[in-house]
Amino acid sequence: MRSDIRIGPSAGNDGSYASAFAPGLNDPERQTPALVSGPGGKKAVKRYNVYRNNVTVGLIDALAAIYPATRRITGDEFFRAMARFHIRQTPPKSPLLFDYGRDFPDFIAGYAYAEAMPWLADTARIERAWLDAYHAADAEPLPPGAFASIPPESLADVSVALHPSTRVVRSRYAALTIFAANRSPEPVGAINAAEAEEGLITRPDLDVIVTRLPAGGAALIEALAAGLTLGVAMATVLASDPHFDIAAALAGIVEAGAVTALSPGDAR
Amino acid sequence: MTADLASGPAPAAHPLRFPEHGVSGLAGTSFKPEHLRSILSERGPRGFFEVHAENYMGAGGPPHRALEAIRRDNPLSLHGVCMSLGGPQPLDREHLAGFRSLVERYEPALVSEHLAWSTHEATFFNDLLPLPYTAESLAWVCDHIDQMQEAIGRTILLENPSTYLIFEESTMSETEFIRAIVARTGCGLLLDVSNVFVSATNHGTSALDYLADFPLAHVGEIHLAGHAEQSDDENALLLIDSHDGPVPDGVWRLYEIVLGRCGPRPTLIEWDSKIPDWPILKAEAMAAQRLLDRHAGQASLRHAV
Amino acid sequence: MTVKSAVSSALLASAMATALASLASAAPLSKAEGEAAVAAKKEKCYGVALKGQNDCAAGPGTTCQGSSTVDFQGNAWKFVRGGTCASITLPNGKQGSLKPL
Repeated sequence: MRSDIRIGPSAGNDGSYASAFAPGLNDPERQTPALVSGPGGKKAVKRYNVYRNNVTVGLIDALAAIYPATRRITGDEFFRAMARFHIRQTPPKSPLLFDYGRDFPDFIAGYAYAEAMPWLADTARIERAWLDAYHAADAEPLPPGAFASIPPESLADVSVALHPSTRVVRSRYAALTIFAANRSPEPVGAINAAEAEEGLITRPDLDVIVTRLPAGGAALIEALAAGLTLGVAMATVLASDPHFDIAAALAGIVEAGAVTALSPGDAR
Repeated sequence: MTADLASGPAPAAHPLRFPEHGVSGLAGTSFKPEHLRSILSERGPRGFFEVHAENYMGAGGPPHRALEAIRRDNPLSLHGVCMSLGGPQPLDREHLAGFRSLVERYEPALVSEHLAWSTHEATFFNDLLPLPYTAESLAWVCDHIDQMQEAIGRTILLENPSTYLIFEESTMSETEFIRAIVARTGCGLLLDVSNVFVSATNHGTSALDYLADFPLAHVGEIHLAGHAEQSDDENALLLIDSHDGPVPDGVWRLYEIVLGRCGPRPTLIEWDSKIPDWPILKAEAMAAQRLLDRHAGQASLRHAV
Repeated sequence: MTVKSAVSSALLASAMATALASLASAAPLSKAEGEAAVAAKKEKCYGVALKGQNDCAAGPGTTCQGSSTVDFQGNAWKFVRGGTCASITLPNGKQGSLKPL
């Protein structure tokens, strides 16, 4: 076999086959690497394109699997075009594909053709959080009775351990409603996207649960996650929103199985 | 606490979490989560199941629950897709550690990886990419296999790739390259008969010649899958290893030739795209099982005589 | 943090009692009921759970196969009415249409 073109014009910095072969995979404008051919020195344009196609289609399909509601909203062709731009700009760094697409919601937020759907990026954020909760570590959530057993006067000093799957989302739009409607197998009815929504994503057992919370609920969970006691966390949220519906937020948190342990007293 | 072990064999360093299920002489299928309910509701003997290791490298949740259910009652094959053994850069230590903990957790009957690469610099390319076969690439592929086998504490089966092009700089054939790897690392082989068929078609070479030169004695598992047809720049047939349909007749014939030469080996039907309902996938595995059984019979007949 | 937890102790205790009482009285909703409640955005639907959708959105898996669909070259934005975006509206009449700018 010939060895005179060991390092072709498109060979990479270190001269290895990988650095010559790799750059064109995510860039259809590049020439076929000079170090490859078909049998008997045949051209390898379409042959190299098989690898380009495998990489590209595989990653678009991965995004489609992570973001099914987003895809349903935009339709398949729009979604695939948007995804194709994204994967070229931000290919994966990890071989764990369920971890891919973390930057996709931000990409959507800046994607000019999606500007008429300002709620789309937040909907995608919920989908990303959904898959994170799906793969999160397992833990046993506390039953509601565990909260009832805390003496009322000690409740404010309690700090909580959140379930590893717990995520919060906060949107200026009705992103949870949009998410729920587009993940449901039913037809999507008229949705007013204008109302701000907050929510909680958990996976207390096998099912991922998406829960709407009253305004301030996401801030409460973030305060608890930062280690603040229930009393301090609640006071913090109340300070910025005096109308915060504490009971509704607590009901949502308890029912979603977001808490795995309670530490009474001066835990922190 | 350990009284019940007193009369048994000496306890292993790591007690087994799962029963030992052998794969010898069995056909199996890729495990797809959408088939879990159908699989668990079935009675009678089953084959073995193969999963891609990377899909089970999350911390918890339904994937692990499903895999535990599968592993409890069936032999499991852990098939790595992304180790990038064929790349010039060092293996990803974190990925290696993740692989090792899966091996420890699930105690698979078979462990395999690919003669290919998928990561370069910091980018993961979601495909099994080809490499030139040279003394230089042989050296680092062997280093990588040594490193992986050391990390997981057992030998792996290395899978021959399906390829669409060749590297001008190659100085040895693929079979020569693979024989050298086996000699240097002691690894076993996963013979993907479909890949042999696809590559031979794509390169205008003979699949039979390939098999004649392949170290069949080291084969610990066989893969069979469907492929798709496209064409190259000169309109010659170019087969795509698409795993999206039934095993074609030509591949079955090649498979029978392999069984005739090396006897029954655990055989997996790979079906990864356009995944059918469980009964259709299972029927493919049953077809392989019938061939395995026939060759097992012939093998024992030969021994008896 | 300058907020005193003592200030809110009684308030918190009563809120927790209300929360637990509301949970005790609420029967678990079926998937369809839950979705209907969320879609209707009823006030009392805080805490409603969307369950049972693991099968349809388990996320991507790795591939070791090639793709039989050729779709790597597209470089254009595609305007296709196919999705549900038209049913999602903002009050100023703006629809989520996929119009070019």
